[in-house]
Amino acid sequence: MAENGIGASLKRKEDPRLLLGKGSYVDDINRPGQAYAAFVRSPHAHANIKSINSTAAAAAPGVVAIFTGDDMAADEVGPLICGWAISSKDGSPMNMPHHTCLAQGKVTYVGDHVAIVIADTQEQAKDAAELVEVDYEELSAVVGTADADAAGAPQLHENAPNNTCFDWHLADNKADVDAAFAGAAHVTKLDILNNRLVPNAMEPRAAVGDYERSTDSLTLYTTSQNPHVARLVLSAFFGIAPEHKLRVVAPDVGGGFGSKIYVYSEETACLWAARKIDRAVKWTADRAESFVSDAHGRDHVTTVELALDGDAKFLAMRCSTKANLGGYMSLFSSAVPTYMYATLLAGQYTTPQIYAEVKTVFTNTTPVDAYRGAGRPEATYALERVVEAAARELNIDPAELRRRNLIQPDQFPYETPVVHTYDCGDYGASLDKAIEIADYAGFAARRDQSKAGGKLRGIGFSNYIEACGIAPSAAVGALGGGVGLWEAAQVRFNPTGNVTVFTGTHAHGQGHETAFAQVVADQLGVPVENVEVVHGDTDKGPFGMGTYGSRSIAVGGSAIVKAGEKIIAKGRKIAAHLLEAAEDDIEFTDGNFTVAGTDKALNIGEVAFAAYVPHNYPEGVEPGLDESAFYDPLNFSFPSGTHICEVEVDPDTGTVEIVNYTAVDDFGTLINPMIVAGQVHGGIVQGVGQALTEGAAYDPDSGQLVNGSFMDYTMPRADNVPSFNIDTTETPSPLNPLGVKGCGEAGAIAAPAAVMNAITDALGTENIDMPATPEKVWRAAQAAG
Amino acid sequence: MYNFNYQRASSLDDAVAKLGAASDGTLLAGGQTLIPTLKQRLASHSDVIDLSGIGDLRGISADGGGVTVGALTRHAEVAASADVPAALAALADGIGDPQVRNCGTLGGSIANADPAADYPAAVLGLGATVNTNLRSIAADDFFTGLFETALNDGEIITSVTFPTPQKAGYAKFPNPASRYAMVGVFAAQMGDGVRVAVTGAGPCVFRVAEMESALAGNWSADAVAGISVSADGLNSDLHGSAEYRAHLVTVMAKRAVAAAG
Ligand SMILES: Cc1cc2nc3c(=O)[nH]c(=O)nc-3n(C[C@H](O)[C@H](O)[C@H](O)COP(=O)(O)OP(=O)(O)OC[C@H]3O[C@@H](n4cnc5c(N)ncnc54)[C@H](O)[C@@H]3O)c2cc1C
Repeated sequence: MAENGIGASLKRKEDPRLLLGKGSYVDDINRPGQAYAAFVRSPHAHANIKSINSTAAAAAPGVVAIFTGDDMAADEVGPLICGWAISSKDGSPMNMPHHTCLAQGKVTYVGDHVAIVIADTQEQAKDAAELVEVDYEELSAVVGTADADAAGAPQLHENAPNNTCFDWHLADNKADVDAAFAGAAHVTKLDILNNRLVPNAMEPRAAVGDYERSTDSLTLYTTSQNPHVARLVLSAFFGIAPEHKLRVVAPDVGGGFGSKIYVYSEETACLWAARKIDRAVKWTADRAESFVSDAHGRDHVTTVELALDGDAKFLAMRCSTKANLGGYMSLFSSAVPTYMYATLLAGQYTTPQIYAEVKTVFTNTTPVDAYRGAGRPEATYALERVVEAAARELNIDPAELRRRNLIQPDQFPYETPVVHTYDCGDYGASLDKAIEIADYAGFAARRDQSKAGGKLRGIGFSNYIEACGIAPSAAVGALGGGVGLWEAAQVRFNPTGNVTVFTGTHAHGQGHETAFAQVVADQLGVPVENVEVVHGDTDKGPFGMGTYGSRSIAVGGSAIVKAGEKIIAKGRKIAAHLLEAAEDDIEFTDGNFTVAGTDKALNIGEVAFAAYVPHNYPEGVEPGLDESAFYDPLNFSFPSGTHICEVEVDPDTGTVEIVNYTAVDDFGTLINPMIVAGQVHGGIVQGVGQALTEGAAYDPDSGQLVNGSFMDYTMPRADNVPSFNIDTTETPSPLNPLGVKGCGEAGAIAAPAAVMNAITDALGTENIDMPATPEKVWRAAQAAG
Repeated sequence: MYNFNYQRASSLDDAVAKLGAASDGTLLAGGQTLIPTLKQRLASHSDVIDLSGIGDLRGISADGGGVTVGALTRHAEVAASADVPAALAALADGIGDPQVRNCGTLGGSIANADPAADYPAAVLGLGATVNTNLRSIAADDFFTGLFETALNDGEIITSVTFPTPQKAGYAKFPNPASRYAMVGVFAAQMGDGVRVAVTGAGPCVFRVAEMESALAGNWSADAVAGISVSADGLNSDLHGSAEYRAHLVTVMAKRAVAAAG
């Protein structure tokens, strides 16, 4: 292993910059002569727009321009799209509503975009936006997932009868699954909610649209997780500018969690308007705007049933879900509750038959899309809650019930009944290790101790699996995805021997600048500090698909390795020439090309110099040492593990304290264990947030977001969590060159089920939904006696 | 925020004059409530008159029967003071976060009279006196409703005088999001009787007479365990229904008495 190569817990290279305020976020970017945008947003959840009068606003100080949906339509700016086609059970295509960048005629949620007001200063733009008079005809609203498709519910979109986008199932196997249930010795059934979450990245979304007159080209500086995809969408679908006349830059980005995958109205309007007014246009969301305009996550209502035989082996599962899409379809909103969700319902178990159906509905709420975990937390929550409940009903130890049903290490590759074929894993190993670390054996005594102190103690398991490293392009295409999900990399030796690596992924908290540099240092034998990772600018480096779905190391990292292999192959040719040896006799280790069996060697830096100053050079070989690679993964990767949560409940107040949290994860090869630990910590805290504190609350009548600020929306804080006990097991993925699986989402996927299983254990009732707020817990404790 | 004139007062008289001259002026103390309100465009004022330069309004001085805390005294200063009753210091230490405690002031907090603020519980629970540029107001008369006080237009709080309790304790059930008090109970045994004040639960801080008389006879957590307040008229929101808040009043009262020792 090279020093600070793969496996080293190197401190993150980017942290000094980010922590000392030297980062460059979109809001730090200012263009000469820039103007500022403010958006007129709908105060109503559902209304027709009868007229918009901007006369007074246009006359306000500093106002440069005001544009509405009609102005953008006149310029033929295309509608916002959903990039994944899903068909209903009857084969009919999904009902995708027409979604204009700025509303035309109708608004469908509080915060929906009505007009863009551009002025010399931000405050002038905000002042003027308040003067735009919009005459709304208010309509009644529907916000609840369960009742959105009820008869008589207010209708959002003409092309979506009963507010239904699609009524889908994974496979037409209901009859078979029903038959398995009919023969079951035991059936456990749960009705559960998966609460709606507001992403709340630390950095709000922001955009600077910039028009360059001399080249008639546009640049968008934006808070994006995938600048190349943003350029593609802005160009091919919205028609803002052709791709070669459009540059998208996503500089330092302060967290995304999925919410910065999509191309939103605000960024699009700023970019379009920059050309209109021939001035740069800047917009930075304030927190209140973020609450209503960043795509939310989750929001499912589910009935899940598990059928078991007399030996408590899982026979079959049925899962019926209604998922809330919000007011319109966001970019990947159709894939998240379907192929990102139902395909994970097998979990770590050998359940032979699974029927999964999902109906998606429109409501007068902020659009919903991928949020850390995206579909997989929902699947894990449904599955692990019902497994734990079954164990309780059958009076079997929950660890034992799981163990009895785990896929065994010798069964890989394992084909599940829900599309995926798992590559590798050892689920029992994680379970055993977690049980030991959590001192499961000592739990009963701890429970008694708590009881003596007037507290209720509970313990809960979550054996999760996730499909990461998204994704093989052909598989994605076959399931309706509109894009390929390969990744690209370019590894460039500079003449003086240091290395610039370009990746199509994007880091917004994940530490790629460090982890990717470690991969390169390890492979090419250069010091890690001599490797610079560049991302986030479509004018630098190759087209890439961006960062989400824990894909960056598995797909992006693999592309880097492939490019590195080309560097070594070319370097070998050059070294052979310089060392006057046959190419086959050249070995490459630790950065040195050596003639086998001799001490004749050249360092890769010397070879790079020779490639750029090719005075003595092999015939037929191009100068330079700069290679690119595209990597399309062979399969998803399947991180897995066991999380165990232990809680103590104060029955007097309903307060839940997490007293112990153990996570044993299998992420395959670890590139940087410290970064992995950080990702696990953050993920668990987000999962704890979902379980205990978070949840967007809409007023059922007015459709207003009731908790649209941090005064009411409860983000998890340091005092909501204990110091975690985390560990790993390692089954390297055989399907990618690094053996990695991805670790970014695991905590958020596993934690909600672990926490809720602990709470339901403590309370002795399954009847409590997330977030388990003190009042809910207190009431459940009262009801359970 | 909307535009306003910023003015810095050099003395109490100067502040009174500037406030009187402004068409729609307001005072700025620690800014922990006012500034967020302005930034969110929830309020607009012609003038904002900054009190922070008036040194006379800041500081803690103990005298015979109690302690007087200047209106501009920061929460962190009260939290760190050995001169104030321990329960008051502990209460101040539980307000917001370090930034808030190092900016926010006693005067600003009680002038604002947020139904979920902590200080009103101590002011009422200790039977303090609120001193202004014009008069002294007994705590029982000071808090009059939701964000309402006995202060007249243009009246400025200068200090609060707290009598010394024999025993006092404060227990707070924080709102999980804002960490203000969802229910906070201040219980104190004073020379002239027991006082129990509840913040967070209702639209305005209030006393619980039944608990006070029970504690007068028997100063113990058990004495209040069986006493519950009616949920009628209590606050009800996403975080807690009126019924739950009523239940918490009893639980927090027990804990406040236990904390007092
Ligand atoms: C994140 C956060 C968390 C918080 N958590 C808590 C909490 O847990 N518990 C709690 O109790 N509070 C909490 N607060 C509020 C905090 O305690 C503030 O200090 C308090 O609300 C106002 O005090 P201030 O000095 O900042 O007043 P300012 O914001 O400056 O002023 C508030 C109001 O009082 C008026 N005013 C100020 N001084 C005087 C005076 N001397 N005479 C007359 N009128 C005056 C002003 O004109 C204004 O209308 C929190 C605040 C924040 C931002």
